[in-house]
Amino acid sequence: MGSTAPVEIERPASDVRPDVPWVTIVWNDPVNLMSYVTYVFQTVFGYPRSRAEKLMMDVHQTGKAVVANGTREEMERDVQILHSYGLWATVQRDS
Amino acid sequence: MSTGFKATRQGVSVHLDAGEVSILRNLVTQVLGLVEPGSTGDDPLERALGIGSVAPPIDPVLARLFPSAYSDDEEASDEFRRYTEATLRDGKRADATTVLETAAPGRLELTAEQGQAWLRAINDIRLALGVRLEVTEAIHEEIAEMSEDDPRYPALVTYDWLTYLQDTLVRALW
Repeated sequence: MGSTAPVEIERPASDVRPDVPWVTIVWNDPVNLMSYVTYVFQTVFGYPRSRAEKLMMDVHQTGKAVVANGTREEMERDVQILHSYGLWATVQRDS
Repeated sequence: MSTGFKATRQGVSVHLDAGEVSILRNLVTQVLGLVEPGSTGDDPLERALGIGSVAPPIDPVLARLFPSAYSDDEEASDEFRRYTEATLRDGKRADATTVLETAAPGRLELTAEQGQAWLRAINDIRLALGVRLEVTEAIHEEIAEMSEDDPRYPALVTYDWLTYLQDTLVRALW
């Protein structure tokens, strides 16, 4: 992820509901800006800025993060929207 | 050089000079050329529903703009692409078209909605340039130390300018 404003934030605690079997994963890439990725998480998922920043940092530091979970259809919808913003997102069964 | 985007009461504003507008229009037009309308099959119903091709793009830029939705399941990925890629292409074309219709030298006023289209369109340009130029996360520092004679220099300076423009736009829309 490109950086313009580095921030230090603790690793997030669990951001997902444990009872639903599919997840949306966002992968790190060198182009998408940290500010932009945070903004997209807020815009697409309605997450508060603090949670969006935690998820963004998780993607940035570990290479990927689970950003949502739900049914397969819900996750495919999320991925389609994230692709429209140019984020590298995938769906998979929660493991 | 532009001072970037600022928040306004109805959206965002930016001051761009003629050279900057020319670069932006040129790059957006190139992305628009890459992101052609989705190729659908011969079946009229499939065409009407935007059901399109299955195979992932070979061009690495297109592969990045239209990523596979399943990293571990090719069949599911193909099926997803078949039903979503045409819509995704239409969205990217609409964003690019908004930039082409609104970009003009001088002070530019955009609604928040137009600003969002600019945001995604600039990101698409940066993704395309980023793949072609093989940028890394340290690109800003690399450019600072790069010789101006380096063949990649002009394109990377443009990339860096777009990075700055996009970052100011995010902050203006927040």
